[in-house]
Amino acid sequence: MKKVVALAGNPNSGKTTLFNHLTGGNQRVGNWPGVTVDKKEGTLKKNPGIKIQDLPGIYSLSPYSPEEVVSRNYLIEERPDLIVDVVDGSNLVRNLYLAAQLAELRVPLVIALNMMDVVEKSGAAIDVRALSERLGCAVVPISATRGTGIDELIAVIQSTLEAAPAAPGILTFSAETEAALAQVMSVLTTHTSADLLRYSSIQALQADELTLARLQLSANELALIDGVRTELEQNMDDEIDSIITQERYEALGRLTDSVQTAGPAKLSPTDRIDRVVTSRLLGLPIFILVMFLVYFVSIQTIGTMATDWVNEVVFGDVVPGAVESFMTARDVAPWLLGLVNDGIVAGVGAVLGFLPQMFVLFLCLAILEDSGYMARVAFVMDRIFRRFGLSGKSFIPLMISTGCSVPGIQASRTMENERDRRLTVMTASFMPCSAKLPVIALIAGAFFGGSAWVTTSFYFIGIAAVIVSGVILKKFRRLAAEPAPFVMEMPSYHAPRALTTLKYALSKSWAFIKRAGTVILLSAIIIWFLSNFDWSLRMVEESGADSILAGLGNSLALLFYPLGFNNWQSIVATITGFIAKENVVNTLGIVMNLGSGLTEESPELLQSFGALLSTHGAYSFLLFNMLCMPCFAAVGAIRTEMASTKWTLATVGWLMGFAYAVSLIYYNLAQWFVNGIFGLWTVVAIAVLILLAALLLRPNKYLAAGYKKGLVSA
Amino acid sequence: MKKLTLADIEIGGSAIIRKVGGDAATRRRILDLGLTRNTEVLVRKLAPLGDPLQLSARGFELSLRKADAAMIEVESCD
Repeated sequence: MKKVVALAGNPNSGKTTLFNHLTGGNQRVGNWPGVTVDKKEGTLKKNPGIKIQDLPGIYSLSPYSPEEVVSRNYLIEERPDLIVDVVDGSNLVRNLYLAAQLAELRVPLVIALNMMDVVEKSGAAIDVRALSERLGCAVVPISATRGTGIDELIAVIQSTLEAAPAAPGILTFSAETEAALAQVMSVLTTHTSADLLRYSSIQALQADELTLARLQLSANELALIDGVRTELEQNMDDEIDSIITQERYEALGRLTDSVQTAGPAKLSPTDRIDRVVTSRLLGLPIFILVMFLVYFVSIQTIGTMATDWVNEVVFGDVVPGAVESFMTARDVAPWLLGLVNDGIVAGVGAVLGFLPQMFVLFLCLAILEDSGYMARVAFVMDRIFRRFGLSGKSFIPLMISTGCSVPGIQASRTMENERDRRLTVMTASFMPCSAKLPVIALIAGAFFGGSAWVTTSFYFIGIAAVIVSGVILKKFRRLAAEPAPFVMEMPSYHAPRALTTLKYALSKSWAFIKRAGTVILLSAIIIWFLSNFDWSLRMVEESGADSILAGLGNSLALLFYPLGFNNWQSIVATITGFIAKENVVNTLGIVMNLGSGLTEESPELLQSFGALLSTHGAYSFLLFNMLCMPCFAAVGAIRTEMASTKWTLATVGWLMGFAYAVSLIYYNLAQWFVNGIFGLWTVVAIAVLILLAALLLRPNKYLAAGYKKGLVSA
Repeated sequence: MKKLTLADIEIGGSAIIRKVGGDAATRRRILDLGLTRNTEVLVRKLAPLGDPLQLSARGFELSLRKADAAMIEVESCD
């Protein structure tokens, strides 16, 4: 039987670095079921018989965040053979607070006392032997950053597993609390195993709903526990969770005072950096500079240059050329060549082309996160973003989305709150990405004399769409509640670690490749098939006027009539835009019989497109294309970040509905105000406008009800 | 008289926590991070846009919105 070691610890305790040290290259990244929390596991370096299960970084085993619930369920249900708790030695009390709760689970415990280099540098000292005696478990001093103490830790892990050790010592509460706890324990003794009796009783005393549900108590027993709790709360004049937490911290405070000596009082390096970096005067300018650097490196220069190279050379020339010569040499049917080159290579290539850009971007984000600056981003931007239901950290996904919404959506991964993250994912693709720019340029050129305000307007429209959607969506039950409690540790700064940041960027990129190989591949094939075959499954001419897609376009024409672009060409262009938005321009060229290879500046395209639509119809077409469902690559990213088909469909539905509503309102009101046309659809447009305004202004009823549980159950 | 809360403490001032209020999730998170009764807290600074606050307690830094800080009853140390 494989032995299982669970790796636990506070966020920013150096757990990820230690995990990399312990496992070397042997690790897999997945998702914990039902939540977007990374699940990492690996095997111990040089000992494949020991599995290392990484748990998400948590401060406590309380049930309020998905990370805490995941860790708790794992520890209670799977009962690993050993828990290694990574404790930041420079922040002993708060880190031992988690250790004390882990000890209650009665699983053997080893403390990896990390950041010993920081402790020594600050002039402080920790008596490791005394700490080990007081805690009743092994304590191994390490520095994950420098890689010291790792071999000793591995040796202790192995010997502890072989020795079948006793469970660690436990912290006792005040006499009153212990008496109350004893009463609860006598109730629960028949409901839970002896190992979990004390743990379950503490949770039950704190009225933890998940624990109470698991124990399946009778109404009598529940009332008994309620009575014990109420009495304790009255005697102590405080609420139960406050009593338990305070007593734990006080006991740990006494414990740590006896084993550590503080260094001389002086400003830490982090304090000195923060004096400048988050100061009133320089906080914003530095923030803007950092964001500009990230944008510059990943969107403007290195990332885009690499992506352009992959798109134009690899998937534009090399691969199609190789495929064509390979297939022509073997006399493959032309339709198969078309499927492979125009369908699969073009479709998946359009997606994989983003890979270099994403990799560069994720490297930048990993550096921000690992250095400790990401927490400061949230600190600086929080005030603006929480007004419309987002968090300070939403800024980064939205900014990145102006380059490409795929990495933008994936950048939301750094937000720990599930609801903030969902809202950000749902709205990020409203920002005009670089692939939308040629489409905007086409319309601007054909209808508005190439005027620059058209492009600029879409940045403002994008921002407005994010704000309006944020305000509307946060009032729906699933996304309701106040912006998550913004109680956030400001971690110490440190130099980003090469291995940690590289691993992060690689694993994100790999997840994306897997997505491109499945959902996106399938979508590309379907669209290719629909645009190249007619209803009797014969291949169609280049213009595609007889294709199934054109037929679908025609049948959808009625749907788009109120938006002002009811010709099949615009609709087919919109649909092919789902593969990649820049396809809209190319498709219009093909379906208007002008041949492929046209750009947004070709005069003949401008002319025939100008004849196809009215000016308002054209702007309405543009509005719809900018705001509706993004390309399949972005939908794939939404699916990955939501970890739920239901949420993905809800997002696509919202984007489509919102785009439709905005185009409808714009087109019909413009027709009325400018051309004096007032009809049925004008009335509908006004009704939709009023509906949107009502959704925007309605009170948030879930806020008042204290709707908080969604965090766990949603 | 209105009770003194952490949001009333001036930048650079210290206070001792008397009671942590607010809804369950927020209160629990604040408590779990060590802001329990009798803990001394230093209000270190305000974010550049005026909210949230940066606090220092138990040897580490954390940030808290003013609205949440107003749920923490304190006693001034001055």
